[in-house]
Amino acid sequence: MVKVCQSTIIEAPVDEVWSILRDFNGHDRWHPAIAFSEIEGGEPVDAVGAVRHFRLNDGGELREQLLALSDKDRRLSYCLLEAPLPLMGYVASLRLKPVTDTNATFWEWRSKFNPPAHRRDELVRLVSEGIYQAGFAAVRNLLLRGRVGSPVETRPPRVIIEPTPSVNVRHSVSMAAPGQAATTRAIVVERYGGPEELQLREIELPPMGLNEVRIRHTVIGVNFIDVYCRTGFFDLLQPPGVPGMEAAGIIEAVGSAVLGFAAGDRVAYACPPVGAYSERRNMAPELLVHLSDDIADEIAAAGLLKGVSASFLLHDVHAVKPGDVVLIHAAAGGIGQLLVQWARHLGATVIATVSSDDKARVVERLGAHHVIVYSRENFTDAVMRLTGGKGAGVAYDAVGNDTFAGSLAALAVRGHLVSFGQASGPIGNWDIGRFASKSLTISRPNYAHYTDTPEKLAPHVARFFQALRQGVVRVEAPTRYTLANAADAHRDLESRRTTGALVLLPKP
Amino acid sequence: MTKVYVSSVIPAPAAEVWKLVRNFNALPSWAPFVAESRIEQNAQADQIGCIRSFTLKDGGRIRERLLALSDYDLSCSYAILESPMAVENYVATLSLTPITDGNLTLAEWQAEFDCAPDREASLMHQIGHGVFQTALTALKHRFGR
Repeated sequence: MVKVCQSTIIEAPVDEVWSILRDFNGHDRWHPAIAFSEIEGGEPVDAVGAVRHFRLNDGGELREQLLALSDKDRRLSYCLLEAPLPLMGYVASLRLKPVTDTNATFWEWRSKFNPPAHRRDELVRLVSEGIYQAGFAAVRNLLLRGRVGSPVETRPPRVIIEPTPSVNVRHSVSMAAPGQAATTRAIVVERYGGPEELQLREIELPPMGLNEVRIRHTVIGVNFIDVYCRTGFFDLLQPPGVPGMEAAGIIEAVGSAVLGFAAGDRVAYACPPVGAYSERRNMAPELLVHLSDDIADEIAAAGLLKGVSASFLLHDVHAVKPGDVVLIHAAAGGIGQLLVQWARHLGATVIATVSSDDKARVVERLGAHHVIVYSRENFTDAVMRLTGGKGAGVAYDAVGNDTFAGSLAALAVRGHLVSFGQASGPIGNWDIGRFASKSLTISRPNYAHYTDTPEKLAPHVARFFQALRQGVVRVEAPTRYTLANAADAHRDLESRRTTGALVLLPKP
Repeated sequence: MTKVYVSSVIPAPAAEVWKLVRNFNALPSWAPFVAESRIEQNAQADQIGCIRSFTLKDGGRIRERLLALSDYDLSCSYAILESPMAVENYVATLSLTPITDGNLTLAEWQAEFDCAPDREASLMHQIGHGVFQTALTALKHRFGR
């Protein structure tokens, strides 16, 4: 005799789940393995003793008898009378219990049977995964479809239908078929490539896990890391996948094991996994940040990733002190603007580089002490001139290929190059022996290593929000694009035409 | 007879949660409103019939008798002998059930008692919300990441 027991939490009220499960003849409406079911002899479905006769998608036929049904305990027991598999003496029961604090449902499904010894493991796996776990997932989907207002499939017609092969292919993103599951609009990258690979699609929104929340995005941040994900330079996105690691929005629902978040909370995030370029998504809440009333969604979506980056770049990767000479490239960009304002507030002398006179004016207004238009003037010579031949103590360089050599040359003895991006292309191979000429230090920080736990992330978020409140840094109103026009946002970002941050709006 | 039922999902395996809650004398270590506890007559905390005497942080004193303890069903039942709550025939059960999906725990806490009809609503709230849910929420946080 073997026993199988599987249990889960369904994020729906217990009465709603029970109304689906108590229908002894209703399993063909939700269980993916079952094609057709009927009660023999026209008995009522809730008459104890009723026999259901059903056919699987693979053609197998089974008969099961209702042994007990309790609306009081929300419990149902049944046994197998006939089956194409040797599940001898199979008696199963399922029961539901309310989870009162989150208005969810505990569902346990258990059985006992005698399998032939040589097929024991195979049959135990079939029952626990192929029947019970697949059933959990199917009911979750059924409830979710009902919730979001998509039409629930009508009951299949009462005719014996030809067996259809069951297909079970898992992708990181499943394209939605009408009436199959809840869906959301999202930008999908089907293969690595240019901005034209950013295509708006209707995709499946999977049922939310116990440890997840569902977020409805209000504003989505666009970052250069999204370009690296799109091109495959970083493997954070596996095609087909939805890019984006920053957004603000509202929590629509929380899983039963989630603490500290509730439906209706305003939140923002700047973290993997990718998936922000969408109207709605599910994600683990560990790295979500609550937004207070004085932080607007647009400012959070435009500024969180950049603000958190600026915080660890200026405090942890290199601790900027009063009197330091700090060289900042791409100073008119989203993160450049924050670095300029914040480094100045920390007491540093800020030398900024930009590509045009228009951008130079922006950066001057932010408080840079010296602004170099590098298309007109060699920035290394300019830094040496401005520092009396000494050079900069630290250079923040996310431009990469075009500026790397010049940044090294512009550093002082024992200077520190912080290379945190490569917008103009990879920097290539360098012989570190050459750094001995000035005892240079190079850092190549990775966002994740400074922010991938709540403990690491929280101080940077707090410091950034505080800096916003105190006016130490200002996040300019970002340039807006609709979600559907994400490709245009990437084109503009990569062409260096933009000033400040870019955001996508899910609702046009 | 009045009934109160409260349940929560605790983000930890049932065996781990049970290790903490099976100790009839351990309320101060996880229930936020309990100040101190002792078992009367030098009895063991898992001896059926033993009495725990504990003080609440608001100063109240409660005595409860252990009626049943099952390491098989992961459940514990007890009756109130003395309390400031004006309840009679109060019997409560705390039980855990494993959730195989994610290896979590369903914790259920229920009580049945008699009381004056005009006190029923406030007692149900006090016991269901102030005692059971508060303690279960503390468990969630204790095991939460």
